[in-house]
Amino acid sequence: MGRYVIRRLLQMIPVFIGSTFLIFFMVYALGDPVAAMFGDRAPDPATAARIREELLLDQPLWKQYLHYMGQIFRGDFGTAFNGQPVTELMGTAFPVTLRLTLVAIVIEIIVGVTLGVLSGLRRGRALDTSVLVFTLVVVSIPTFVSGYVLQFLLGVKWGWVKPTVSTDAYLDELLLPGVVLALVSLAYVTRLTRTSLAENARADYVRTAVAKGLPRRRVVTRHLLRNSLIPVVTFIGTDIGSLMGGAIVTERIFNIHGVGFQLYQGILRQNSPTVVGFVTVLVLVFLFANLVVDLLYAVLDPRIRYA
Amino acid sequence: MPERYVPNEAVTHGDGGTAALAMAEAETLEGGRNGRGGSPRDKPRSLWGDAWRDLRRNPVFLVSALIILFLVVIAIWPQLIADGNPYRADLAKAQEGSAPGHPFGFDTQGRDVYTRTVYGARASITVGICATAGAALLGSALGGLAGFFGGWWDALLSRVADIFFGIPVLLGGLVFLSVVTSKTVWPVVGFIVLLGWPQIARIARGSVVTAKQNDYVQAARALGASSGRLLLRHIAPNAVAPVIVVATIALGTYISLEATLSYLGAGLKPPTVSWGIDISTASTYIRNAPHMLLYPAGALSITVLAFIMLGDAVRDALDPKLR
Repeated sequence: MGRYVIRRLLQMIPVFIGSTFLIFFMVYALGDPVAAMFGDRAPDPATAARIREELLLDQPLWKQYLHYMGQIFRGDFGTAFNGQPVTELMGTAFPVTLRLTLVAIVIEIIVGVTLGVLSGLRRGRALDTSVLVFTLVVVSIPTFVSGYVLQFLLGVKWGWVKPTVSTDAYLDELLLPGVVLALVSLAYVTRLTRTSLAENARADYVRTAVAKGLPRRRVVTRHLLRNSLIPVVTFIGTDIGSLMGGAIVTERIFNIHGVGFQLYQGILRQNSPTVVGFVTVLVLVFLFANLVVDLLYAVLDPRIRYA
Repeated sequence: MPERYVPNEAVTHGDGGTAALAMAEAETLEGGRNGRGGSPRDKPRSLWGDAWRDLRRNPVFLVSALIILFLVVIAIWPQLIADGNPYRADLAKAQEGSAPGHPFGFDTQGRDVYTRTVYGARASITVGICATAGAALLGSALGGLAGFFGGWWDALLSRVADIFFGIPVLLGGLVFLSVVTSKTVWPVVGFIVLLGWPQIARIARGSVVTAKQNDYVQAARALGASSGRLLLRHIAPNAVAPVIVVATIALGTYISLEATLSYLGAGLKPPTVSWGIDISTASTYIRNAPHMLLYPAGALSITVLAFIMLGDAVRDALDPKLR
């Protein structure tokens, strides 16, 4: 197990370097951060050259990248061009997005797994068919459409919830944005639970459990569910990373000042340190979530052993 | 037909409606393929003949194929059902609801929403089809070669694919496309191909690895067939099914991705008529004029739904385990 973790951590290094370098390349080589600082007006060439030198932008790209990564591992994510340290922005943005992601994951688990179990146990019945149709429809509606429609209906027209979220982003305010963020993944979870359940229902150990006279309830909860939920756990684990990155749309609709909001502002204003810093952290979260999921797999399913 | 027990090492099969699930599911297609065939009296049908026979009788397939056919036709000839001009603006009618001859009403610049919704199909369908074709060709070529030759090329490809998986799609799109000034659909297509090929490559790789272990491939190799001939004549035809399934479902998600990028201001740009742009503009006025948002949003959702349903139906037809 220990050796496996070390091997996985080593494998993560090239992936981390590759992903962050790609983002770094896009931001610093394709865009022009100095020109962006001056907005619509063209900068004075001498000033521009001085800023370029100060920010090391006149160096070759790989040197800039090494310098940047060196700073990051010393905890210095640089300053946004408005003078605010990027770490300060992160300190206010990440807790908000984490809370939103948490709400979304909880909704995903409760609703997705329940629907999946209900339809998986009743394959081919009316309930199963309607759940399937529901998931298809939900997957087909892009998040920004469902977000606006739900915000309009629940927030504006019927007034059940507040249509936008305050800067503090309390949990009850995040309920509707959480539902919107969770919707597509929720459909995945439902389908995954359903297929996994239906497949395991034909397994030998279930037949054995039924044959030895266990009540149906116990067969389902103790034998069937425990084995069927393993792939679901995996999916939800990997989903944490993509939800945090995908929250950009939801945060824009509901005016939530989280990671997506800061990133969107950073990209619009070509605020390079903000963009690269935030994306670097997101890539790290994504990689670690994947690692944890792989390890969790071995804990949940004793048949899998990592040498 | 009664359900039979299928020993299966993979976790999912059957009916996920999504690209993510399809990835896992498509890999199981190959394993269950052998040992099927027609009823004993007629000659054994091919996988494709069998699948086609199934599809023709599947209402989900028929409905989604009809919708897609319709969308493709109006993407090529929008004039067929909309005789107006999508750019013609009449500010006096800004944000007005439906009127005779203008069933969907007017947008905030007084342009006819119906005409714009019809013309918007072109951008979405073009991006969807081109991006899927590009990602499928690139992904299956690279993934297929990796699966066939193995070794360092395989290891390198897996790591490169991991790098692309590590980048959050929307953020990468925003960063990459915000520096592009071109107003055509091609930067968006290029970006989707760039982030889409690793998914296809994984499927293609797995599929080729399974197919190359078959006896007929060993036989052909023993007879002295070259690598190229093995790949093209013996392996590719037997490994392509999972790729087609994933690509069809991906087409729907790519259209959705294009609209989301356009909504965020990084995808297509005016004067291209796009559902994503129109929805983004309309979102500001949703309290006063929800019709401006609902019609293009409905068209977009139906389009995505049609492609995902088609992919679902094709998978069911190619996956014998569900029978």
